[in-house]
Amino acid sequence: MKRALKPEEAAEMIPEGAVLLIGGFMGVGSPHRLIDAIVARGVGGLTLVNNDTCRPGEGVGKLIDAGLVDKAIVSHIGLNPVTQQKMISGEMEVELVPQGTLVERIRAGGVGLGGVLTPTGVGTLVEEGKRVIEIDGRKFLLERPIRGDFALLDARHADYVGNLEYSLTAHNFNPVMALAADTVIAEPHHIMPVGVISPDAVKTPGVLVDYLLERAH
Amino acid sequence: MDAKEIIARRVAQELRAGMLVNLGIGLPSMVASFVPDGLQVFFQAENGVIGLGSRPPEGMEDRDLTDAGGGFVTAVPGAASIDSAMSFGLIRGGHLDMTVLGGLQVDEKGHLANWMVPGKMVPGMGGAMDLVTGAKRVVVAMVHSAKGAPKIVPECTLPLTAARRVSLIVTEMAVIEPTDDGLVLRETGPGVSVEDIRAATTATLIVPDDLGRMSFD
Repeated sequence: MKRALKPEEAAEMIPEGAVLLIGGFMGVGSPHRLIDAIVARGVGGLTLVNNDTCRPGEGVGKLIDAGLVDKAIVSHIGLNPVTQQKMISGEMEVELVPQGTLVERIRAGGVGLGGVLTPTGVGTLVEEGKRVIEIDGRKFLLERPIRGDFALLDARHADYVGNLEYSLTAHNFNPVMALAADTVIAEPHHIMPVGVISPDAVKTPGVLVDYLLERAH
Repeated sequence: MDAKEIIARRVAQELRAGMLVNLGIGLPSMVASFVPDGLQVFFQAENGVIGLGSRPPEGMEDRDLTDAGGGFVTAVPGAASIDSAMSFGLIRGGHLDMTVLGGLQVDEKGHLANWMVPGKMVPGMGGAMDLVTGAKRVVVAMVHSAKGAPKIVPECTLPLTAARRVSLIVTEMAVIEPTDDGLVLRETGPGVSVEDIRAATTATLIVPDDLGRMSFD
């Protein structure tokens, strides 16, 4: 059975300079209470891996606002002028990765692959510095795996085994990130009695999840 | 009809029964409003839903159901929610019949640039590189020129989104098909002559004998 942590207990586990895989797409499917607790603790030097940097004052955008992120590995920053400004001033490094490549790099990190070969980015700026490998006459980029020290996930339902069920477009990167970090903390909207979530509905088996966040009161 | 409505209505004529279609945010998303009656198509939002519906009535939003722009949406009966790996597997794997995106520039080779303006605007590519690389058909939906500056040019000066040739360019002035021989003008827009189009386009256009006109019921 998995222990449910208070948000501040979870934030205490995260050291300076940690690599955080955080679920969410423009804040939908992000673990908002965990993010708030990290901001409250003020632990810095972080590497953030997310689809985007959300908006200022929202979701993972709060980590950027607070100056806690040294490097962001994301696919899109267009809706966050704070990220753009910190990138231009050199305060923060931003690695832009095509969205489909980003999810496959994380998946590779999680499932024990040495990388992925993708046609996305061939002949563009994304190709710079990467190996191009030709297979059956078609060019692919070798993209390297991504792993995190922590994966911080949002889920609709969890049980104390750690099984997770997600909701609509709040799936996004969460099920993939659950595989790719040393410590996985899930923030469920509801914690159900064991046995209530149908085995067919479980998208992330509990063996992958180390801790749950306790329910909001 | 304003320029955007002309473009959206004309792109909607490219839809066929049973297609899986991705509409970009902004102008391309307007295409959903002009689906011919009785034609069943499924719209995908790359953040994780197949079967995107219209905007929900005010007060009936679900915070876990948004489109790729983060706006609240609904899902049609028969919809499926998917994670980012499945979503981009569909896109990159050739399962997406058509993608409709905006553009900053398209050139005589049919190359599209739509994700950054060096030194000015770096929003990131999001899913655009995967979409242009993997979709069966790529339709660029954009106004013909940007405040007088031509967008259909001999060669893109902005960073490319993909090395692949797009399938069709639809503007309020013209429908243009990139081919091995160059850009072929297929249709003229309402009240627009070939000379008007040439004056607003720096790329060379091939004008075939069977040049058509856009027509709307």
